Amino acid sequence: MSEPSLLVLWPFLAAVMAAVNVRGATVWGGIGTLGTAVFAVSLAVSVHATGPELIFIGGWVTPLGIALRADGLAAVMVCMTAAVGVAVSVQAAATWGLATTADEPAERARQRRGFWPLWLCTLSALNALYLSGDLFNLYVTFEILGLAAVGLTALRGTDEALRAAFDYLVAGLAGSLLLLLGIALAYAAIGRVDLGSVALLNDTGAGRVAIGMVLAGIALKAALFPLHFWMPAAHSNAVPVSSAILSALVVKGALYLVLRLILDGGFDTGPLRWGFAALGAAGMFWGSLSALRATQLKLLVAHSTVAQIGLITLAISVSGDPLTSLAWQAAALLMVSHALAKSAMFLAVGRIKEKAGHDTIAELNQATLNPGAAGFAFAIAAISLIGLPPTAGFLGKWTLITGLIGQGQGAWIFVAVVLMGSALSIAYLWRVISCFMKAPPDGATAAPRVPWQAGDMAAVALALAALLLGVFAAAPLALLNGPLL
Amino acid sequence: MPDLIYHGVGAGLVGMALYRAATCADLLTRILALNVLAVGIAAVLVAAAYRGSDVPPDAVPHAFVLTGIVVLVAVTAALLALAERLERDGDAGRDNADE
Repeated sequence: MSEPSLLVLWPFLAAVMAAVNVRGATVWGGIGTLGTAVFAVSLAVSVHATGPELIFIGGWVTPLGIALRADGLAAVMVCMTAAVGVAVSVQAAATWGLATTADEPAERARQRRGFWPLWLCTLSALNALYLSGDLFNLYVTFEILGLAAVGLTALRGTDEALRAAFDYLVAGLAGSLLLLLGIALAYAAIGRVDLGSVALLNDTGAGRVAIGMVLAGIALKAALFPLHFWMPAAHSNAVPVSSAILSALVVKGALYLVLRLILDGGFDTGPLRWGFAALGAAGMFWGSLSALRATQLKLLVAHSTVAQIGLITLAISVSGDPLTSLAWQAAALLMVSHALAKSAMFLAVGRIKEKAGHDTIAELNQATLNPGAAGFAFAIAAISLIGLPPTAGFLGKWTLITGLIGQGQGAWIFVAVVLMGSALSIAYLWRVISCFMKAPPDGATAAPRVPWQAGDMAAVALALAALLLGVFAAAPLALLNGPLL
Repeated sequence: MPDLIYHGVGAGLVGMALYRAATCADLLTRILALNVLAVGIAAVLVAAAYRGSDVPPDAVPHAFVLTGIVVLVAVTAALLALAERLERDGDAGRDNADE
């Protein structure tokens, strides 16, 4: 058995075991996540050493069989998922404990038993998505991903979380049905559904309608403005580890497919691309303004995801031919940096809410919370999202802006949009960081300083990873510079 | 000609279902709208498989329809479970408020 198929099979088998053997769910979760991380690193090493791989499952060649394709871009995404996954798993083990104890509340046991199979299914679906070579496989992976992600949203079990999960599932199903319709039309137009032949779709009217349908479905799943209506509630009502997974990893699946379609020449048609770029810019402003007006910390971070998705979509839609322009690498780097920073941020916000007892931004000051490790992780993640050097976010925005300037006159407006979006992100993230520094109100004394705890480890590690990726960017760039499949 | 009828019916169902799914607040109506959406897409797929009255239809779109049905059953079950939980919790909340 070849390695790329293990990336899909291993977490899926672990998910089945975690669901069957509920007492050992955490152990199976650890085995599944760590094993996948090892396979992810070995895939990256082998792709870097020997170039992209194409694997036909069971020896059946396309168009009859299922092909997995592992190139540099897929390897970077798989490694990103593995890195965030390991950190989130550590946090989940710290939150819910390793095994059942005698005096454990029923709610805690229920959440632990539910989390591990759902997370492992999410991991398996994401890896399958990144490695898929044809559109119909991608549709199936989106369905697995959608169902598992809805389970993660509903895990908290409160009325708001269930309602958010319902809305999420309705939006996700409508999106994937549109995707299926697009795939069917693509098959009707060109008689194939593998990603290698999507460039043919530009030649016929029916093909362009098919691409439009596929993109509409993806936009709904990626929460691209104005189809993001379901997303802030789903991401802010979930438990912290679920929020981190949903915001950092799950939305990336849909964005990755848009990037793939562009790289494979899938949508060359001008209006569609400029439309996507405009929606990305609009999403950046709308998400930032909503984050500026948010009263709850979790909601602010969720709205910031809308803004960041807008930025990544903008970067994807302006990236031209992969051979002449490097803007697509900016999109990939922005996806990785957002995954690291946003998961750190959601985990940190979860800790802050736990310590302070609430997450109302206006009431956060040093009387309710003396910032410790969680505040530190939040601040570092914010620096990466804003794009200050030497973080990964800086690298992404730098690559994007130099790529845009290289494209000539028409691209200047997008440079301005990206810079304005960065300025807005400073504004809304500063609202939170200034609260950490706000002195206690008159008469109140500062809360005791919280010592560093094991529960803060994952958030701090992810934030430091976002910081250091900017310094050690040679590794992902070497993978991205390799040949694509 | 028959495939055109199916295409038209499918497109109509897709439009109506998307409208209802987007505008209705009732949970069960939205679940049903999504099922109608899937039926509409299945109609388009079946029509796409048609190659004339004397030729056997293309099997690949049929396979797509089957996968779509399997997925739809699973997602509908999850939606119904969520809706049932929401209705029950909502009733319990109202009962508590009355007491």
